[in-house]
Amino acid sequence: MGTIAKQLRKMTPFETLLLMGLLLLAAFMSLPIVFIANHAFKPFHELFLFPPTFLAKEPTLTNFYDLFLRPGATIVPFSRYLYNSVLVSALAMAAVILSSCMAAYVLSKLKFGPKRIVMGAIMLALMYAAETVAIPRYLIIGWLNLNNTYFGHVLPVVASPVAVFLIKQFIDQIPNELLEAAKIDGASEFRVFARIIVPLAMPAIATISIITFQGVWGDTSASTLFMQDETMKTLPYYMMTLTSGAANTVAGQGMAAAAGLLLFLPNLIIFLLAQRRIMETMVHSGVK
Amino acid sequence: MKLSLLRRMWSERIAYAFMAPFLLCFASFILLPVFMAILMSFTSYDAFRSPHMIGFKNYAALLTQDTIFMKYALPNTLKFAFFVGPIGYLLTFFLAWLIYQLPKSVRDIVTLAMYAPSMAGGVALVVVWQAAFSGDYVGYLNNFLMRMDWIQTPVLWLQDPKYLLNVMILVTIWMSFGVGFLAMLAGFDTVNRELYEAGRIDGIANRLQEVFYITVPSMKPQMLFSAVMAIVGTLKAGAISVQLTGLPITKQYAGHLMLNHIDDYAFIRFELGYASMLSVVLLLFSYAAMRFSYRLFGPKEGD
Repeated sequence: MGTIAKQLRKMTPFETLLLMGLLLLAAFMSLPIVFIANHAFKPFHELFLFPPTFLAKEPTLTNFYDLFLRPGATIVPFSRYLYNSVLVSALAMAAVILSSCMAAYVLSKLKFGPKRIVMGAIMLALMYAAETVAIPRYLIIGWLNLNNTYFGHVLPVVASPVAVFLIKQFIDQIPNELLEAAKIDGASEFRVFARIIVPLAMPAIATISIITFQGVWGDTSASTLFMQDETMKTLPYYMMTLTSGAANTVAGQGMAAAAGLLLFLPNLIIFLLAQRRIMETMVHSGVK
Repeated sequence: MKLSLLRRMWSERIAYAFMAPFLLCFASFILLPVFMAILMSFTSYDAFRSPHMIGFKNYAALLTQDTIFMKYALPNTLKFAFFVGPIGYLLTFFLAWLIYQLPKSVRDIVTLAMYAPSMAGGVALVVVWQAAFSGDYVGYLNNFLMRMDWIQTPVLWLQDPKYLLNVMILVTIWMSFGVGFLAMLAGFDTVNRELYEAGRIDGIANRLQEVFYITVPSMKPQMLFSAVMAIVGTLKAGAISVQLTGLPITKQYAGHLMLNHIDDYAFIRFELGYASMLSVVLLLFSYAAMRFSYRLFGPKEGD
């Protein structure tokens, strides 16, 4: 705190003005977040109060209680959606980290016949938004019999060009001499990967885990397209059913607000824990 | 010849093994879908009978018959992409630059506040946007404007075709300070301080010139990365109208983007061939956008 005060005192009038402006803007930008946090704790009568209030006056846990314990309009209990979401996100993160690290290591440090082609394909695929080719994906999932399985949630996100790209850029900074020295000492390729590459690439790994987590945790498309069985769908999908559809807009509001907060919090916590490492990765994030 | 290739592959077997998990998923969930989309775009396919080739008829129909595409989807998408893409991108850069002028300790807090909405993601924020832009007098925006005496009756923000697209643009820009924004912020750190000194000697007079001649060229890689991220983000944002209004097709096609058009043909009308053709067109658009970004920020020969 002391350093902050000292830095603030050293500021020029222009900088002070800038700081005020940016803090105001930041407050404005984070209004939705403040709103989510408060909305979730509002009792039912406050949700539709006129004039609308921003902060909860009599905070209550009713919304969470409803969300967790009352099955509501569906037969599937809330805990099942939560369990699906947690499991899918964890599996996806593990799979993306492992496969992207291995691929990035090869692309950065090893010889590999079609390396240039693969790298070119990845650069192109950075552009790829899965949304544009939803139909073929839907068919492929069907052919592979992945409907209503956790594989159907996880496999389509495993190949993440952004993840491979970010880690590759990061591994490029690791000096080759280090790897050669380890190999001379008799370390196998796998050992070099596990003992040198992975620990040194930790900031990049932290970054892609949070990007992957955000993507998968908030994703509704897999649940909508690939999962026909209600018990295999995830939390954001359930949340979507609470807010869309005229019948639910009133009754589901409180529950939706609580679910919204639950969807947001993990993202925030992970980001706060990894913020410094993320910025470190972004320094090397250039497309070269 | 063939034997030597095999021998080389054998000596590189570890590399292949390391690449295998990624390549398999990459091939089956990215490459294959794109190829299938291209193939299917030349067929007529309703998901029940097997597809049959009809050549360029889908493309011809798009150009000559699809009035909804020409009247709504295309102009909406262009307007949306223009504001969320280039304008949003400049805004991101400008804000990142402003934030970078702050002392380090406060910077993190402001960054977090800017980044948070993109982190919360579309689904979690639906509650917010629906409450903020609600059409009755309980909506936050209506309530605020009425209390300020700027409007007399509540505005139907999400139902009135006049406003929906603008609301979508606003909301998307609000949520667009994501990974690309972080990359830019980090990019400022990579600029060599001595360049500024040198620039001042060479006659750079103000901050604007400094940004234009030194900062941007020095952080081109980060600029390119965040441009690519912005384009992808813009493409993905098609779902926003559905999330805001709760309808797969918005009233009078007011918020109809290309992505909604694809969903309409694919999952409502089951004309998968036509929908695939639309996705191919969208892919071509995004490819063109990427070529353009590379032109601007990509590495030049000899760099």
